[in-house]
Amino acid sequence: MSQPSAPDTYSLAGKTYRSRLIVGTGKYADFSETKRAIEASGAEIVTVAVRRVNITDPGRENLLDYLTPDRYTILPNTAGCTTIEDALRTCRLAREAGVGKLVKLEVIGDDATLFPDVPATIDAARQLVKEGFDVLPYVTDDVVACLRLEDVGCAAVMPLAAPIGSGLGIRNRYNLRIILERMSIPVIVDAGVGTASDAAVVMEMGCTAVLMNTAIAGANEPLRMARAMKLGVEAGREAYLAGRIPKKLYATASSPLSDLID
Amino acid sequence: MRVQINGEERDIDAGATLASLVAELGLGERRIAVELNHGVVRRDRWPAVELRDHDLVEIVQFVGGG
Repeated sequence: MSQPSAPDTYSLAGKTYRSRLIVGTGKYADFSETKRAIEASGAEIVTVAVRRVNITDPGRENLLDYLTPDRYTILPNTAGCTTIEDALRTCRLAREAGVGKLVKLEVIGDDATLFPDVPATIDAARQLVKEGFDVLPYVTDDVVACLRLEDVGCAAVMPLAAPIGSGLGIRNRYNLRIILERMSIPVIVDAGVGTASDAAVVMEMGCTAVLMNTAIAGANEPLRMARAMKLGVEAGREAYLAGRIPKKLYATASSPLSDLID
Repeated sequence: MRVQINGEERDIDAGATLASLVAELGLGERRIAVELNHGVVRRDRWPAVELRDHDLVEIVQFVGGG
């Protein structure tokens, strides 16, 4: 009998997680569907946005009544921020709202692609680390940008696979491979995944985790896609740990070549 | 006196504090955060912070996002 292997976990900002799928909470029909889809995904970390309360009609229900911080790690984002100052304000407000010091930093540099403003992201990350935040920055798939973010003390880097919500999958596997080879902190692919095979490929390449929202929330059946993504992430991770065979140009027979009938 | 809350002008009573404002808006139990004139004010300080004419108040919460 072989020893039972240790559970395959990873650590992020001092906490240990089993699920390598991180999910967003946007674009669902209602809070009930959000909750059920996230349960189906098996995710332990969920992203949320920070927005003004409608003071004329505050509404009775709140997202965190459905996704409670005792069960999920709540990861507030700075989506929509285009300046360092807005991103810092959003993070400070999020921390004050009482879900911890983990933040997903986004400083958007272009409306059409939603690509990050990389220099602003690095400056904002540096300041947030100084203020005690655990910073997970959304960044382009550029190893130099990722190294700078590691240098300023980010807890992980989150390179995009493709533009947010595009569903294109990994547009540049070579860039991602270089990032994976060079980083000492976790690499979490954020944005661009379209379907389960994309998530599997990300994990097969050796990423620590993958973050997605639209691919699940925008599917015809979000709950079913949430489960598909869970399985895709698990399959990709297992394949990575198992170690794939090398690619070869010519055939290698699977069946014995001896003792053939005459 | 007049203050701006989340971009909307509101008349409030003199002597109102951040705590009384939040309670009046029905947000006392919510997981929210408050900024006064661009600076975050911690929840335990809300009862002590009196509002002044032309103050800018931002009240935020968590919503669905990716």
